Amino acid sequence: MNFDPGYAARTFKSVGTRPVRPDGVDKVTGRARYGADFNMAGQLVGSILRSPHAHARITHIDTSQAEKLPGVKAVITAADLPDLTGGNSDMYDILDNCMARTKALYDGHAVAAVAAIDAPTAAEALDLIEVTYEVLPHVTDVDEAMKASAPLLHETTFTGGVDPKPTHPSNIANRSQFGHGDVEAGFRDADVVIERAFKTEQTHQGYIEPHACVASVKTDGTGELWVCTQGHFVFRQQCAALLGMEVSKLRVTSSEIGGGFGGKTHIWAEPVALALSRKAGRPVKLVMSREEVFRASGPTSATSIDVRIGARKDGTITAASATLRYSCGPYTGPWAMLGAMTAFACYDLKNVKSVGYEVLVNRPKTAAYRAPSAPMAAFAVESVIDELALKIGMDPLDFRIRNAAKEGTQSSYGPVYGPIGIGPTLEAARNHPHMTAPLGRNQGRGLACGFWFNFGGQTCTDLNIGLDGTVTLAVGTVDVGGSRASLALVAAEELGIPYAQVQAVVADTATLGYNDMTDGSRGTFSTSMATISAARNAIAVMRQRAARMWDIPLDDVVWEDGHAKAKGEQHGNLSPLSVKDIATAAAKTGGPIAGHSELVADGAGVSFATHICDVEVDPETGATRVVRYTVVQDAGKAVHPTYVEGQYQGGAAQGIGWALNEEYVYGADGRLQNAGFLDYRVPVCSDLPMIDTQILEIPNPNHPYGVRGVGETSIVPPLGAIANAVSNAVGVRMTHIPMSPPRILAALEAEQAG
Amino acid sequence: MVEVRLWSSLSAAAGGKTTLDIQAKDIRELFRTLAEQYPGLEPFIAQGIAVSIDGVIYRDTWSKELPEGAEIFLLPRIAGG
Repeated sequence: MNFDPGYAARTFKSVGTRPVRPDGVDKVTGRARYGADFNMAGQLVGSILRSPHAHARITHIDTSQAEKLPGVKAVITAADLPDLTGGNSDMYDILDNCMARTKALYDGHAVAAVAAIDAPTAAEALDLIEVTYEVLPHVTDVDEAMKASAPLLHETTFTGGVDPKPTHPSNIANRSQFGHGDVEAGFRDADVVIERAFKTEQTHQGYIEPHACVASVKTDGTGELWVCTQGHFVFRQQCAALLGMEVSKLRVTSSEIGGGFGGKTHIWAEPVALALSRKAGRPVKLVMSREEVFRASGPTSATSIDVRIGARKDGTITAASATLRYSCGPYTGPWAMLGAMTAFACYDLKNVKSVGYEVLVNRPKTAAYRAPSAPMAAFAVESVIDELALKIGMDPLDFRIRNAAKEGTQSSYGPVYGPIGIGPTLEAARNHPHMTAPLGRNQGRGLACGFWFNFGGQTCTDLNIGLDGTVTLAVGTVDVGGSRASLALVAAEELGIPYAQVQAVVADTATLGYNDMTDGSRGTFSTSMATISAARNAIAVMRQRAARMWDIPLDDVVWEDGHAKAKGEQHGNLSPLSVKDIATAAAKTGGPIAGHSELVADGAGVSFATHICDVEVDPETGATRVVRYTVVQDAGKAVHPTYVEGQYQGGAAQGIGWALNEEYVYGADGRLQNAGFLDYRVPVCSDLPMIDTQILEIPNPNHPYGVRGVGETSIVPPLGAIANAVSNAVGVRMTHIPMSPPRILAALEAEQAG
Repeated sequence: MVEVRLWSSLSAAAGGKTTLDIQAKDIRELFRTLAEQYPGLEPFIAQGIAVSIDGVIYRDTWSKELPEGAEIFLLPRIAGG
């Protein structure tokens, strides 16, 4: 990488302003094209048959009657998606999740699919498929699944990360451990030790747009996929691998995205649509219903977490430990590990230990959800931090400041921190007027901190100068939160031209080099770095062209304020050349002008936030209303402050829903009971106060403008902040998320009963 | 020679050692040497290991140099949303 990503202080002209986003008008007028808005000539309707059982062996599938139905053009089962994974267990799990091979592992698991001329015919065909199941005992609760007596999802699962390797299979797929020091010695030094057990229920990312795609596989082995995704390049890799296609022969275009939050980093229905198209010889559109989205895509883990923290009366934490059990669905993942890594990351701890267990259950495959796994761990830890502070008679905010991690602290997950922002967010919270605002009757205030890693990754951009001097910026990260506006600002900043002169687009997989998934809060961080690099390369070309136009040495040409300028008194009569001047002459000076960049954007820098929340709890109904909410978070440099604030507010809003209402409810039969937005209640505008935000800008030393990712950290503190607020309002420590009215009433009644 | 610290699961695969002294000038050499000297680490390396250098996490940059005296910490490769 011939590019120095190091931070250099500068005065910005475009970055930090708030122009209108280029996709805004299309989105508010209905013109924007989402996953289901694309159509191909002759396309069929795809539909998936799903298991009604939580756990069942598939003994036979008879598709003959469905295949005979007029209008049905293809019926597929796992036999049409042969195992081409070559022993790659991760890919095999993805394949098995897309279409069950021998066992249905959760209510909603795909077992067959059809492509037909219209939706009624497809539905009728699904009814004609006869699946013979041998129903097996199931387990959906994370703690129950860990018991030796629990039904086994896989006979081949032996707990990893333990030595010696277990002799019996179990649903505990893996154990991980982090920490340092001697926690038992630390607890002996403590004056007060608080130990509590917590549970959080499974939630869905709740993106408004369901999964949708249009697939077309032609007889020459080439294919196209139009899809709603957070990473069309990764989708291409995975779909091509599962279908046995050459990567370059599958062209994937990402649609606009109506929310993803991690749930659209995984393929679900896309390989099925491609396989249907391949078999039918026609394009296939496959759109998941809301019920299918809930039953068969991306929930986060349900968890069971024990936390123990000890402190001296002077407010110093002496030891902290946690055991975290995270449900993974039927396939293992890194979820408990991430919880274990992040649980205590906000604090400077001499003795700390966290242990994570990945637990297999008969629920949909767990997917990433915005700072995956960190919110649940933070809820448990921040609850105990609050309780401990109050027990030793210290203000919870002061207690956090006293124990906050800082530069030089050995993090709980291992490395020593460089410059970090937890201290400044806490200080900003202390000085915020929210902290001293009076509270009313039945109201309580809570505070919590949160941490997320952030990362970068492989990134490629093209910056093309048009003949009229306008600029097209082609990027490969999906615009999940206004990044086209932000990246156009960055290009404008670097080139020294107005924002309106730059048009940013998301390129498809055939027209741009590979880009990693848009996750890990990396979209603006990584692609702005690549954009700066591409713009600097374009500037280098434009300087060369200006030198040719003037017929002077290249070294005499500098780039300032969007113009090539000839330096030196001998060139005093040469007027500066604008981008347009240079572009207009391009045909005669060497042809098209562009800047390209391919890089790995590492060094994202860790991220911290502090949230303050006021709630009011109705003691008769247990209903909770959030009356005030403030987010304080470090952005490094806010490229487009409105969209940074949007990320802060969005994370808080999702966290409020998670904390108060949202949960997967399973019946005794292992079937999901509330697969719809009527019964699974996400917060709507009338449920939320205006969420106040405060952006801190502590430059990231590993980005030219100091940018940090901001997309995920904002969902980490809300569960803890709201739990502390509710606990303070009702006088009872709340330990089970969501704190729905029945749970709050039950906690109050239990307290009154003594 | 750099001192490399391992997270606990990796430590178990390296015979219980929490710290290793490795002759490596960059991340690529580090992984190559680790795989040679500690075959138990190979599956982890194949799956993906992140390298923290003085607190900054690198996931993919083989050419990143390991400065003498820097804190080198190996971490699991993490997922994001």
